[in-house]
Amino acid sequence: MSVVVLFLATVAAVIVWWLAGQRVTSRPWLEVGHAHDRRSGAPMPPAKVGLGVFLAVVGALFSLAISAYFMRMTSSDWGALPLPGFLWVNTGILTAGSIALHWTKVEAERRHDEAARTGLLAALAAGLAFLAGQLFAWRILSGAGYLLADNPANSFFYMLTGMHGLHILGGLLALGRVTARAWNTPFDRRLRLSIELCAVYWHFMLIVWLVLFALFAGWASDVIDFCRQLLT
Amino acid sequence: MVDVRSGIGEALPPPEVEDVELYHPHSWWTRYVFSQDAKIIAIQYATTAIAIGMVALVLSWLMRLQLGFPGTFQLIDAEAYYQFITMHGMIMVIYLLTALFLGGFGNYLIPLMVGARDMVFPYANMLSYWIYLLAVLVLVASFFAPGGPTGAGWTLYPPQAVLSGTPGGKDWGIILMLSSLIIFIIGFTMGGLNYVVTVLQGRTRGMTLMRMPLTVWGIFTATVMALLAFPALFVACVMMLFDRLLGTSFFMPAIVEMGEQLQHGGGSPILFQHLFWFFGHPEVYIVALPAFGIVSDLISTHARKNIFGYRMMVWAIVIIGGLSFIVWAHHMYVSGMNPYFGFFFATTTLIIAVPTAIKVYNWVLTLWRGNIHLTLPMLFALAFIVTFVNGGLTGLFLGNVVVDVPLSDTMFVVAHFHMVMGVAPIMVIFGAIYHWYPKITGRMLNEVLGQIHFWVTFIGAYAIFFPMHYVGLVGVPRRYYELGEMAFVADSVHSLNAFISVMALIVGAAQIVFLFNLVWSLRHGREAGGNPWRATTLEWQTPETPPPHGNWGKELPVVYRWAYDYSVPGAPEDFIPQNQPSPGRVSHEAAS
Amino acid sequence: MAVVVILVLLAVGSVLFHLLSPWWWTPIASNWNYIDNTIIITFWITGIAFTAVVLFMAYCVLRFRHRPGNTAAYEPENKKLEGWLATSTTLGVAAMLAPGLFVWNQFITVPQDAAEVEVIGQQWLWSFRLPGADGKLGTTETRNIAPENSLGLNRNDTASLDDVIIEGGELHLPVGKPVKVVLRSVDVLHDFYVPEFRAKMDMIPGMVTYFWLTPTRTGTFEILCAELCGVGHPQMRGTVVVDTEEDYQTWLAEQQTFSQLSASSETSPAATAITASAAQ
Repeated sequence: MSVVVLFLATVAAVIVWWLAGQRVTSRPWLEVGHAHDRRSGAPMPPAKVGLGVFLAVVGALFSLAISAYFMRMTSSDWGALPLPGFLWVNTGILTAGSIALHWTKVEAERRHDEAARTGLLAALAAGLAFLAGQLFAWRILSGAGYLLADNPANSFFYMLTGMHGLHILGGLLALGRVTARAWNTPFDRRLRLSIELCAVYWHFMLIVWLVLFALFAGWASDVIDFCRQLLT
Repeated sequence: MVDVRSGIGEALPPPEVEDVELYHPHSWWTRYVFSQDAKIIAIQYATTAIAIGMVALVLSWLMRLQLGFPGTFQLIDAEAYYQFITMHGMIMVIYLLTALFLGGFGNYLIPLMVGARDMVFPYANMLSYWIYLLAVLVLVASFFAPGGPTGAGWTLYPPQAVLSGTPGGKDWGIILMLSSLIIFIIGFTMGGLNYVVTVLQGRTRGMTLMRMPLTVWGIFTATVMALLAFPALFVACVMMLFDRLLGTSFFMPAIVEMGEQLQHGGGSPILFQHLFWFFGHPEVYIVALPAFGIVSDLISTHARKNIFGYRMMVWAIVIIGGLSFIVWAHHMYVSGMNPYFGFFFATTTLIIAVPTAIKVYNWVLTLWRGNIHLTLPMLFALAFIVTFVNGGLTGLFLGNVVVDVPLSDTMFVVAHFHMVMGVAPIMVIFGAIYHWYPKITGRMLNEVLGQIHFWVTFIGAYAIFFPMHYVGLVGVPRRYYELGEMAFVADSVHSLNAFISVMALIVGAAQIVFLFNLVWSLRHGREAGGNPWRATTLEWQTPETPPPHGNWGKELPVVYRWAYDYSVPGAPEDFIPQNQPSPGRVSHEAAS
Repeated sequence: MAVVVILVLLAVGSVLFHLLSPWWWTPIASNWNYIDNTIIITFWITGIAFTAVVLFMAYCVLRFRHRPGNTAAYEPENKKLEGWLATSTTLGVAAMLAPGLFVWNQFITVPQDAAEVEVIGQQWLWSFRLPGADGKLGTTETRNIAPENSLGLNRNDTASLDDVIIEGGELHLPVGKPVKVVLRSVDVLHDFYVPEFRAKMDMIPGMVTYFWLTPTRTGTFEILCAELCGVGHPQMRGTVVVDTEEDYQTWLAEQQTFSQLSASSETSPAATAITASAAQ
């Protein structure tokens, strides 16, 4: 459970940092009047805060699954499965999607609407390609005889990639709606915000994928072994 | 008290809250059924939760009949008994308490109390309710599925949860239960994002964090915790579904079931327990923290006195919330996990007692030198303190690792958690309903019926669960369909069991009075007016009662003071609403 | 006013119930009276706290209940008071935690000279295994379980052959000797629970768990299962008998070893009795 405890410690640090700016040690009964509300400037859009909170939830979900992975790994029946090289291609595609969305966001802010529309389409295509690629990787593996229930490593691989894929699928639905809106209506503040949120989500899912990839490739456990040696 | 007049001459700061774009209903369907108004959603949540809670109440009657009078009721066989306890537990904890506190009170009170027009994402909020309803329906469906609902106990421990020795293990029961939980968590996440972001971004002008009523603090902290803890249950459910349906071995070791070797191997049942309790312990506080918050406001309002030590109360809520994530394994002292964990988890568990005790002290110190109106909400708040202190103190037995060894898995545990997270939060729920019903409907609940309901429920519930501790102390294990012959169990224990069962039937019946009161008062209750309790918080200051969609009419309220200006010296009244700039009261504006 | 009376009755009644009711733990039969003592300390501290809070509340309601003309005091906080209360609570908690952790340390430190006894749970009966003449329990594997080897012993492990197997019978323990109870399950979670011993521990398929105790008085005690294990959970009973050393040795001599059992299951059932008696 150390992975998830570490993750939650990070979340807790963010919360404490935020609370520290909220004057939680003030004596509210002494402070009457409205001058005490120090919120200033344009507030962050609720959707952006909402996405941040949601990503914390998704982060907790994956760090719990990874915790379970490490705990289950210690059992003797664990047999790591060979990663299909095709996953490198998928990683490339997902990275491309992330870059495309970042570019789209920048273009949208610069009011280059046409370029942004193209960028959205590119990102959409990359997302679909990634999902297709993941399905293809599943086929390669099951074709080679690595079935879901044969070994816990296989089970975790299919489950975690499946969970990640579903999150990408959800992101694609949102991205699809944004793209449709971008093609039908002129760009406004809300649309630019939506594009930015899609980009943030995509970067986050890319990071999750890289962590998972490192986990499957065995690098993550190497890192942990290394940390353990440093500590002892 | 320094003499500085507050507020009046100064120019208002610009509004800092973007008005939420309200979805305006066009038809009866979108106004009352597929409504995006948080208040309607709250009522939908509460009605559904109470309805399914009544099912769980009936189940508890049935199981108590079996325990009190074993063998008398042919209908209740061992399979049915285990199905009853499982569904009773799961429904009460998740589908009633969690849904009612967060989905019900959270939805109703957060926007009103922080001065918002609605939740920030009304559409997701509506979806949240409908997904919750779907989860409830899937759960109910398991009663009608072949093999019936699961009988694995609410902890759903594998391997037995998915084996044929347990009702529903090899049938639909466990599958529907796990699916229902997964659906519930998805729906809750949508609602939870709303509650958190509304508190973060939806507060009106002047509503600083430290001016929020403790109700909002409690619900807010509980929601943050729920958002981070429910994923653990989600992962555990998904993995168990894989084990059950696809033959994987996440939790399933090599097993010989009734002489037959199963295909599984290598899995770890303890892994499930870690995941389950990583959710399960915070869950206790997900139910408790909203209760803490609400009861603080009830006591303060009805004792006409500010809540004692407001800052401590806020810090305690946050600290309890944080600590509750590192105590989960105190549910697993005798689970066979690494015994050295016992030192760590016993220490963290008992540390939680300190902020919790401070909260209790502050509640009773609020009563001290107060002006206590013994209204129904106040009575329920007092009952909460009694039952919560009782249940909390027995938690010190079970949290202290070595004391837990003889007591774990006995009726002592059952008595403890029913007292602390069953009876105590339910007392708050009742108090809260008596308190806010006038705002929700515009009418008061009937006082006489309320008194009957209170006395039977409070004394009855105490008479059920206090003696039950001693049944556990004798050594009677929990989850026994029948005790049968046990040499160390005297006959008097069986009589005590019968007494507990009779009390359970009576207390259950008293809830019918309550439900009747809820319905009857809708039409016949006394007209309440906008602020019958003369309370300070914003929800009582709405221009109309019940508040319409959008809550505030033309202008959002502006907040000038904290939520507890009761009996302020020099003020003409014994309360000053949060949105009232001039109290005739003195204060040091400049002191900050 | 009724509230005050009820609150006082509740506090006093709870204390009286505790003192006067006949419901108390069974007389102990193991060395874990430390646990009982820790419970008694906890009862004292929590009992005082409970009574104090409830009686104080009753007093507040009596003294400060609303009467025409009353007003509440205005006191947002009192740091000194809160500091005192927090400190005394911390002390009370420490007074419970410290002995608890001390006894827990004993609980998980098995003495060197403890004899091993294995308890195996399955739906819904208890089996037992003793190490036999070599004093060592042989290795086991759930995969080995078959009709003639119901506990899954490893035939290739010489330490297994002389292990004493008791299926569905009584477990005997010698009084006054520390025992390490090694726990195993072949199907679902169980929990080896003898109320008189105070100690208990879950049994987990795929894992070996343990606890230790020293039986302190002779007698016959019931074994219950304390972890829900399916519909037969309440029927999963067994018996443990604590014997004097002589009685224990007599009983031990009557039991069959793994190799005897294997040999008898290979011959015809009729011959079983003869081989068994010949072996003695």
